[in-house]
Amino acid sequence: MSGDMNVTLKVWRQKNNNDRGRFETYPVQGVSPDMSFLEMFDILNERLITEGKEPVAFDHDCREGICGMCSMFINGRPHGPLQGVTTCQLHMRSFKNNDTIVVEPWRAKAFPVVKDLAVNRSAFDRVMSSGGFISINTGNAQDANSTPIGKDDADMAFAAATCIGCGACVAACKNASAMLFVSAKVSQFALLPQGQPERKQRVLNMVAQMDAEGFGSCTNTGACEAECPKGISISNIARMNRDFIGTQLSMQKV
Amino acid sequence: MNWFTKMFSSSIGQKLIVALTGLFLCTFLVVHAMGNLALFKSDNGMSFNLYTVFMTTNPFIKVVSYLLYASVIFHAFKGLHLIYKNRQARPVQYGMVNGKANSHWTSRSMGVLGTIMLVFIVVHMSNFWFEYKFGYIPYVQYTENISTGEVSGMPYVDEAGNPKQIKKKMEEFVIGDNKITIVKDLYAEVAEEFENPLLVGLYVFAMFAVAFHLFHGFKSGFQTLGLNHPRYNQAIQFIGTWVFAIILPALFAAMPLYFFLVK
Repeated sequence: MSGDMNVTLKVWRQKNNNDRGRFETYPVQGVSPDMSFLEMFDILNERLITEGKEPVAFDHDCREGICGMCSMFINGRPHGPLQGVTTCQLHMRSFKNNDTIVVEPWRAKAFPVVKDLAVNRSAFDRVMSSGGFISINTGNAQDANSTPIGKDDADMAFAAATCIGCGACVAACKNASAMLFVSAKVSQFALLPQGQPERKQRVLNMVAQMDAEGFGSCTNTGACEAECPKGISISNIARMNRDFIGTQLSMQKV
Repeated sequence: MNWFTKMFSSSIGQKLIVALTGLFLCTFLVVHAMGNLALFKSDNGMSFNLYTVFMTTNPFIKVVSYLLYASVIFHAFKGLHLIYKNRQARPVQYGMVNGKANSHWTSRSMGVLGTIMLVFIVVHMSNFWFEYKFGYIPYVQYTENISTGEVSGMPYVDEAGNPKQIKKKMEEFVIGDNKITIVKDLYAEVAEEFENPLLVGLYVFAMFAVAFHLFHGFKSGFQTLGLNHPRYNQAIQFIGTWVFAIILPALFAAMPLYFFLVK
């Protein structure tokens, strides 16, 4: 696939976490408007490899918009100019010929840069393992309809569970806060009967881990919600705040 | 650490302090604006001066006022502290940020707007609160004719025209048909201060900061408390915008402008 678009990329290059990092400029010629943003990077990388240079490291996996691996901060916005898409689902037709495009990694203390545009998002995994689960004693699966769930709650739980953990919320937030991610994970269980037994301990543990990871605090700018590729609502943040405050005031353990 | 300190040292707990003090300060603004409407009354400042005496002597108001000072301090310092901590959460800044694509500028400028307000509060309190409590405020004598209800005001002076003082903030007594009220004339102090165009400019500018701060702050406070629901979100948005970001700042800004332009 080739086309007649030319773009200039200003890409963040950083050898490793100890390197200071800097922008480097790469002109990319013959780009098709139907290419995805990542395919355009593939072209650049092939050329860099042919020239004997180090290719640009970036995260990607499914390239279908559901895995949450791609993580580019494009022209000042996570996942680029479109709403409701990940970088892999962003196509070059969203840019104009001869555009200069600035590409950076997610920037947060809790997301250290591994190399170039790839960051370490293990902080999210540690938040999840602190409480983002339900404990089940194994046995036969019970009948699917034996636990009735209201339609509204089921819908809200599903909407929260669509979070793919890409970290765009942290990247978009001026405080590098992870509140949208953590609140989506808290909410998907808080809304369902299966999440109730561990509900109080879960919100305390996950918020404590979130704070320990060095994420900022939420100032309700709403940038996370606007940039989330899955459209997770900040009403989840309010639910987590409610759960957190309510739990603090009602825990049996003093 | 017990649960209480644990709660208020968590990120959500610290924001809870900012939200609760902020919303409390919002209720103060309503009372402050309503009371200060007395400035617009054409009665030589009598109702404003009497209101001032009430606000500085009523024990309930006194208790609330100390709560208020504490709230201003907690709100400002916790807010600035969180901004400092939030900066640390992103040690390397982006080369390019398109903030307006995903959020309103007021929500990203609460620290700057709040700092303008803090400077304003210091100036405002030194203009009036400090002057009234520790500075020199002349007295005014109002004479109200009990049968006709007519009120006249004149400076409280001796025969030579030198200002006289009384021990208390206010004294009331009746002579014949006239009810005499002698009271500290803060109204005259207000009128005098607002002859200064620089000060009037600062007050009006600060009210813009109040408006933009509260445009985000009011609804943000509710979100932090966990109060976000389609049943009342519109009401919060409406009250935050119309009452706290438009009507109240406009009323406050009208006060110095009234004295500068009309009086």
